[in-house]
Amino acid sequence: MPQNTPLVEVRDLRKSYTGRTVVDGVSFSVEEGEIFGILGPNGAGKTTTVECVSGLRTPDSGTVRVAGLDPVADHDRTTHLLGAQLQESDLQPKILVREALELYASFYKNPADWQHLAERLCLTQKLTTRFAKLSGGQKQRLSIALALVGNPRVVVLDELTTGLDPRARRDTWKLIEDVRNQGVTVLLVTHFMEEAQRLCDRIAVIDKGRVAALDTPSGLIGSSAGSTVITFTPSRPLDPAHLSGLPEVASVDRRGEQLTITGTDATVNAVITLLAQHRITARQLRVTDATLDDAFLDLTEATAPTAPTAGKAA
Amino acid sequence: MTTAAPAPTHAHRPVPGGPALAAVFKAEGRLFLREPGSLFWMIGFPTALLVILGLIPSFREANPDLGGRRVIDLYVPIAVLLGMIMASIQAMPPVLTSYRERGILRRLSTTPVRPPAILGAQIALHGIAMIVSSLLAITVGRLAFGVALPFAQPGYILSMLLMIACALALGATLSAVAATTKAATAIGSVAFLVMMFTSGVWMPVQTMPDLLQTIVSLTPFGAASQALDRAMLGSWPEWQHLGIMVLWAAGLTGAASRWFRWE
Repeated sequence: MPQNTPLVEVRDLRKSYTGRTVVDGVSFSVEEGEIFGILGPNGAGKTTTVECVSGLRTPDSGTVRVAGLDPVADHDRTTHLLGAQLQESDLQPKILVREALELYASFYKNPADWQHLAERLCLTQKLTTRFAKLSGGQKQRLSIALALVGNPRVVVLDELTTGLDPRARRDTWKLIEDVRNQGVTVLLVTHFMEEAQRLCDRIAVIDKGRVAALDTPSGLIGSSAGSTVITFTPSRPLDPAHLSGLPEVASVDRRGEQLTITGTDATVNAVITLLAQHRITARQLRVTDATLDDAFLDLTEATAPTAPTAGKAA
Repeated sequence: MTTAAPAPTHAHRPVPGGPALAAVFKAEGRLFLREPGSLFWMIGFPTALLVILGLIPSFREANPDLGGRRVIDLYVPIAVLLGMIMASIQAMPPVLTSYRERGILRRLSTTPVRPPAILGAQIALHGIAMIVSSLLAITVGRLAFGVALPFAQPGYILSMLLMIACALALGATLSAVAATTKAATAIGSVAFLVMMFTSGVWMPVQTMPDLLQTIVSLTPFGAASQALDRAMLGSWPEWQHLGIMVLWAAGLTGAASRWFRWE
């Protein structure tokens, strides 16, 4: 197998339940060592997509490959390569943390050292605690440990931080970075922008069962219209038409003396150049980057029929 | 864990079979023992009921209506069946249903061990509880009330084993059709009353009117009650009763495996 074959490959995946299409032609590939995000609103088809990758569901059409294996037909071998933390999967309420780790380790031929894993996931103090007595964060950490105990090459983490407090969420993020630094590829499903922006190398934005965009976080942010906002007060009056005439500018708004311009990264340069040509200096200049939030709303609303088109409001 | 060894992806990695299954059984066994309430109803309660009934003096006297046998003689096989009812209808369905409901089966599907392993372990453990419960009732019946031991009767052993198969299949079917743990408990309670009646807990099947006795004999616990009673008397159980148990066991096993929902 050539070195550059993607570890996870999904091509034109389709899946519907009782006539309702949930995944409608999703394609993406995940390279070894990446943290790959699947981002989308609730009900967009994220979970179904990763369930197909994990071999829990059979696609209606399209192909899914994990290290070249079909996760459904080759389920047993796939389970040795792929660990999964899925939504709504608990453990027996009375099982001890230690027992769960030992049990799941026994399933694999070359398991990780579960004691070491427990240490890394700060579960050492909880080894003799029953699952039902763990906090939400501890349950999630145990779930991650169980997903990793088989020494997988890729780990699927679905809505990992939902329901965690901000502190626990940040701890979990650190953990996911650690996991990747150990050489495990991560397929992360989330609806938190901040999480995706902070962790992911690349993100597939899924909306209504389709991939609306696939790029790096900064690529996604940069591509959205009005992603960069520039505000300044010109040293002498400037006709806004000069600005809105620039191809890089999405909108111009004047409030009193102050001008607010939206655009992309390239807009900043264009505006500065224009000001320089007119020998105007920009006072109180602020350039704010849009967040992934803005990009996400842009992307997912773009397909909605009632979405307002980004116009040039001058 | 260290950097994942770049394992050759097409190398054949056999699924660990025996050791992993043994580990599942051991883990489930430990969890089984952590349910004292459920253990009491399966193992302690049938024998406790037997002892209470045995304390009633008239139940220990030979009864000409029962062909000179004592009521307590009839109640040992009933206690054996009661243990099976408790394990199969009251205890097992909520456990299996909760494993589905809580996503335990789902999580297991992402590992090399498939969900049937954990269900199989639970079914086997409930089967073991039935045997322990039966042995306890039979032993206490012998020691406390002098009820003859049935072990010399191959017909008794055979009827017991068939009934265990029937009871486990019945419990599995209830788990299969109940969508939630609550539903499993509710369905179990209704089935429980029916099974208590047909096994003769309230009124030994032998003392029922003829028509009722015929109808009850067609149910798994009714047939078992008759078969065990016949074996106790030292004769081979009627083929009709053994046949009814075989049919129920086969039919319910088929129903359970056909209807069981994995999620």
